[in-house]
Amino acid sequence: MSAATNALWPYLLLVLLGFLPNEIWRIVGLVLVRGLNEDSQVVLWSRAVATAILAGVVAKLILFSTGSLAAIPLSVRVAAAAIGFLVFLVARRSAFAGVAAGEAALLIGGYFFAN
Amino acid sequence: MAVAVRPALWDMKPPMSQPFSTPPPESFVRTFPSAPSAFFHGILGALSSMFFLVIGGTYIGMGALAHDFNLGAWWLAVSTVLVWAGPAQVILISALGTGAAPIEVAVAVAMSGIRLFPMVVALMPVLRRPNMRLRDMILPTHFTSVSMWVESMRLLPSMPRESRVAFSNGLSVGFMGTATIGGFIGYYLAGGLPPLFAAALLFITPLSFLISTARNARMFMDKLALVIGLVLGSLLTAMQVELDLLWTGIGGGTLAYLIHRLREARAEPQV
Repeated sequence: MSAATNALWPYLLLVLLGFLPNEIWRIVGLVLVRGLNEDSQVVLWSRAVATAILAGVVAKLILFSTGSLAAIPLSVRVAAAAIGFLVFLVARRSAFAGVAAGEAALLIGGYFFAN
Repeated sequence: MAVAVRPALWDMKPPMSQPFSTPPPESFVRTFPSAPSAFFHGILGALSSMFFLVIGGTYIGMGALAHDFNLGAWWLAVSTVLVWAGPAQVILISALGTGAAPIEVAVAVAMSGIRLFPMVVALMPVLRRPNMRLRDMILPTHFTSVSMWVESMRLLPSMPRESRVAFSNGLSVGFMGTATIGGFIGYYLAGGLPPLFAAALLFITPLSFLISTARNARMFMDKLALVIGLVLGSLLTAMQVELDLLWTGIGGGTLAYLIHRLREARAEPQV
């Protein structure tokens, strides 16, 4: 492969595997915009699938971390996520408070227990 | 599924509940002298939204993630503008970075994007105005994302219809600009930070996704799908099952949906 194709390859993957599969739903929404109820069964099911996929990604990134996050012990990562989530619940569902608390827990735990 | 497909978008009529012929109610809280003014106030609206911090943090984390997986800073910026969906981008980055099969990446991204479809469906009737051209709807359609959708649905109804598209586009440009800049910051920070802080940057993505998904989960079914997805995702990855994200999504999501249907059927009185 030439240098130009090497440089363009990630962008081609971006369009084919990222942009098109995602954008299609926006276009379908624009085309079918009428006649579909927000709590129709298909919409409900697709929301459940989308939520489960996201949860799967979260679990993967926390439990099977890569790079510098992998140097933080698994127990610290899980505990920090749990602390962030609890603070989010306690702090009247404030996303910012939850993320800040989880990050603080990871930094403190990582400082004392890093591999 | 009862879906009424219209022959042409520009032929669409407004829903019966909000006929355009009705004069605007007196209760419009915010009016703008011109479209550029509405656009500008939309940008300001984005910067003062609580999503500003969430998006900034999420994309700083994503910049670190892209750095970790050897994808370029400009590649991330282009993906933010083209894909403009945090979950899809995280799936794309982590899947490309770990060398997943292309078809799995495409299907996982497509599954994560389904939620955009009902959002566009719900948003367009709020944005539409009489004699609107199709090309004026393309940009808001592409801009549709969780943050823009929540803020548009909250703020637009208090504005006259002729300002709504401009305001909503301003909102989206504000959010997208924040995300793009956050991505660059995270990318360059990740390269030069001590390992502990680089780890903390990488941790922003799963943490903010966990919490924002939980915050959007209003119904029992959504919470169930979140819990099942966490458990199933962990198990299938640990067992090194191929296409684990797909099985997590379709299997876990369908399970949550079926349990929800069962509960509803029980709660309803016998006919």
